[in-house]
Amino acid sequence: MTTDLGMPSLDATQLGGLDLVPAADSPQKAKDYTSDQEVRWCPGCGDYAVLAAVRAFLPTLSIRRENTVFVSGIGCSSRFPYYLDTYGMHSIHGRAPAIATGLAVSRPDLSVFVVTGDGDALSIGGNHLIHALRRNVNMTILLFNNRIYGLTKGQYSPTSEVGKVTKSTPVGSVDHPFDPVALALGADATFVGRAMDSDRKGLSAVLEAAARHRGAALVEIYQDCPIFNDGSFDVLRRPDDAEARVIPVRHGEPITFGTDGRWAVVRRGFGLDVAPTAEVAPEDVVVHDATDVGLAHALARLSGQDLGHAVFGVIRQVQRPTYDDLSRAQVQQAAAGGPADLRELVHGADTWTVRGGTVITEARP
Amino acid sequence: MASPVPPATAPQRRDRVVIRFAGDSGDGMQLTGDRFTAEAAAFGNDLATLPNYPAEIRAPHGTLAGVSSFQLHFADHDILTPGDRPDVLVAMNPAALRSNLGDLPAGGVLILDTDEFTPRNLAKVGYATSPLDDGSLDPYTVHRVAMTSLTVAALEPLGLGKKDAERSKNMFALGLLSWMYSRPTEGTQRWLREKFARRPEIAEANVVAFRTGHAYGETTEAFAVTYEVAPAVLPDGTYRQVSGNTALAYGLVAAARRAGLPLFLGSYPITPASDVLHELSRLKRFGVTTFQAEDEIAGIGAALGAAYGGALGVTTTSGPGLALKMEAVGLAVMTELPLLVVDVQRGGPSTGLPTKTEQADLLQAVFGRNGEAPVPVVAPSSPADAFDAAVDAARIALTYRTPVLLLSDGAIANGSEPWRVPEEDDLPDLRVEFATEPNTDDGRFLPYARDPETLARPWAVPGTPGLAHRIGGLEKADGTGDISYDPANHERMVRLRQAKVDGVAVPDLEVDDPDNDAPVLVLGWGSTAGPIGAAVRRLRTAGHRVARAHLRHLVPLPANTEAVLRSYRTVVVPEMNLGQLAFLLQGRFAVPVESETKVAGLPFGAAELAERLTPYVSKEQVPA
Ligand SMILES: Cc1ncc(C[n+]2csc(CCOP(=O)(O)OP(=O)(O)O)c2C)c(N)n1
Ligand code: SF4
Ligand SMILES: [Mg+2]
Repeated sequence: MTTDLGMPSLDATQLGGLDLVPAADSPQKAKDYTSDQEVRWCPGCGDYAVLAAVRAFLPTLSIRRENTVFVSGIGCSSRFPYYLDTYGMHSIHGRAPAIATGLAVSRPDLSVFVVTGDGDALSIGGNHLIHALRRNVNMTILLFNNRIYGLTKGQYSPTSEVGKVTKSTPVGSVDHPFDPVALALGADATFVGRAMDSDRKGLSAVLEAAARHRGAALVEIYQDCPIFNDGSFDVLRRPDDAEARVIPVRHGEPITFGTDGRWAVVRRGFGLDVAPTAEVAPEDVVVHDATDVGLAHALARLSGQDLGHAVFGVIRQVQRPTYDDLSRAQVQQAAAGGPADLRELVHGADTWTVRGGTVITEARP
Repeated sequence: MASPVPPATAPQRRDRVVIRFAGDSGDGMQLTGDRFTAEAAAFGNDLATLPNYPAEIRAPHGTLAGVSSFQLHFADHDILTPGDRPDVLVAMNPAALRSNLGDLPAGGVLILDTDEFTPRNLAKVGYATSPLDDGSLDPYTVHRVAMTSLTVAALEPLGLGKKDAERSKNMFALGLLSWMYSRPTEGTQRWLREKFARRPEIAEANVVAFRTGHAYGETTEAFAVTYEVAPAVLPDGTYRQVSGNTALAYGLVAAARRAGLPLFLGSYPITPASDVLHELSRLKRFGVTTFQAEDEIAGIGAALGAAYGGALGVTTTSGPGLALKMEAVGLAVMTELPLLVVDVQRGGPSTGLPTKTEQADLLQAVFGRNGEAPVPVVAPSSPADAFDAAVDAARIALTYRTPVLLLSDGAIANGSEPWRVPEEDDLPDLRVEFATEPNTDDGRFLPYARDPETLARPWAVPGTPGLAHRIGGLEKADGTGDISYDPANHERMVRLRQAKVDGVAVPDLEVDDPDNDAPVLVLGWGSTAGPIGAAVRRLRTAGHRVARAHLRHLVPLPANTEAVLRSYRTVVVPEMNLGQLAFLLQGRFAVPVESETKVAGLPFGAAELAERLTPYVSKEQVPA
């Protein structure tokens, strides 16, 4: 049975992710977002680059700093909130999306970020992640994927490639990995993006789009862990290797990549493939459409666990009413009938009164 | 000449009656019992109820496993339990008879739907001969009524299908019992028309069946006598009938109102706690947000997130769900945020007995977390008391900025009783002040600075300018709340958190000892209050000197607890577990405590408990 909810016209296509968050009174700088806590990641850790990018991009949102909240789980990356001078909660392993959901539903005036790792988001917290995405709760999720458990000193994770030798897999992992982007699309996420820790420009652009998106936005960040998974993304960093692998996408633009756009993405069967641009008719080059879920799935599947290709940018972005907006609208609508009467509630339909030893029953009229 | 009308005999008075309706899970026994309860309440009787139903939604038809029953005790005076044994047993099929007859005392009234006593149904539950005619029911006053066929015949003019018509037989039974006990009938008829407003033909069928049962009693000579149970004269006030889950939900709403905060419930369905979620979901007009989470962990996570944002955060569950939530309760202990965690206990371990009652989560509530993670624990003692207990738990959570565990149980949740409805102004003022300003002389904000009296830390919600700070599960430096691995700081913080909970203000334990000379104290907690009260009454009537007391606060215990325990030669603690409160008290105070336990998924009966307490009181009264 479906019911017409008679909702106040909450046009999600009109409302941006930050529209209910108070604007900053004056321009801000990265320094304003820097807390007094000493940053304690290992030297060379990719998390530093992401932190720098986040500190720099937050001021561009022009929202009040105290209305920004970072909620994290457990892992190296989840230390993130301590290093930002915003409100923050470093919570428990895997549960940040659940905590952020309660916060986002009760406080529309906040911009809520979740910081999580590949183990935190995809192992112990996998359930919360997919449900936050399908509900489309207004939050921005930064998933730091270093394809390893960093904090617990180097066990394989749900994104580690098959065959990976780690402390807990001395003769190689036999676990098939998740692709976080494909997983998020499967969970019906309304915003899915990917960026590289060291690509300040690309990362900032995706993060900003994600923060401004109304709904749950997942940004997978490829992040280097030089201690336990050194160089895991090197094939995407070394220019020679990256040339035929790194596929940046922009909504509305033909997908070509490599030096001078040497490579193009084309349709092949129900999916996509890569071909030399010179051998492809211009009209056969796929134009990125972030609202096309079929295309998003196909793009996600271009990326394999061997990183033969990796798509970066905003892979999907569509508008769908958010859980928190709808939930608040139901409460507001119920309250619109005037002040609720607690006395009437607790009395219920049938009461009787005892006075001075006599019972007076009060049948309803 | 008109046929002689039997003279209307005046109803005989009874001071109390226990009726048990028993039938197949599909027979609507819970509904029938609920309605009879509502009639008794509308009449002004005191009452207590005990629903007892299988965990399966529809166990195989006509089997012992599928029997569902509802027991109601109503009286013209104040009563404490749903009654041990029924005076009247209504058995809608052979399975219901077989599984309930053992509880009916000789001479008790038995009302049977003879239509269901077919060879097939008899065979299903292992009756070799029909109890209807093998003499095995001779000790009872038996009324054989062809309820199904009488109902079907009465509904024939309505043109309903046979299945639909048969389904109304529970209302026939209700009509018959309503006649026997001179109950008002308008309420039920009105209620049926409202409940089935969208299907008027079904409403009509039920009303007709109800009236047919009533008329059957009136016109059948077999039911020559009717009974009357006068209203109970309870303390002055306005009353309604309420179940524990409803009272608990209302208590949460009232607490949020008194605190001036929105209520946020994060919950995952589980028997017997789901009705709190259902109830609160309908109360959005009170500013209540309910979030049905993907699991128990998300339920408490979201509630904690909402609390962080300045709402009254609540999560509701039963034992297995509480086990899942405990890591998050620990986070709430560490972050020192107010949070209500409601556990409606059921039989355990594991999935256990989902629809039956037990009190075996006490130690889980008190200790079941990693590390030293003290949490106040509050337990209601009856369905109506769940309202006050919820308000009190909210008071503690908000005042001390701590998670609080509220331990209800299946008997409280589904049982009902008259409730003296409170006035809003009589409820405590729970208003809170969020931090808005720096709290040091040099203009800094210390999120872990404490109120000298309560040891509570400031509640500074996101959005407050100048107070941005980070909290989390890692050990906090005293005052600043920064991460700290310093040994001395950890020692201090562990002790501070404990001191805060130890210092929660709770009223002294009140002892009911009429002559102040009883050698034996019976001490209980939670839903055993009713059976203990009833058993103690029996012992006193039998001339024994016995005192009783009941713990609402399990953590922290009232300040006078040890003194009370030491002032009696014998302390007996009846519990529906293997002695968890007894263990706690002995560990805490090193006083000997006698433990009387029951883990049958059912409450103690008053007679049963009186019998089990008798050796203690008799022994004490033998002169030395
Ligand atoms: C309930 C619980 N189980 C296990 C741990 C131990 N633990 C902490 S972080 C972590 C894995 C983190 O991996 P990831 O999310 O990839 O974060 P990274 O350290 O790589 O940034 C584990 C297993 C924990 N803190 N809590
Ligand atoms: S272990 Fe790896 S992920 Fe963790 S801080 Fe060190 S380099 Fe970074
Ligand atoms: Mg990792």
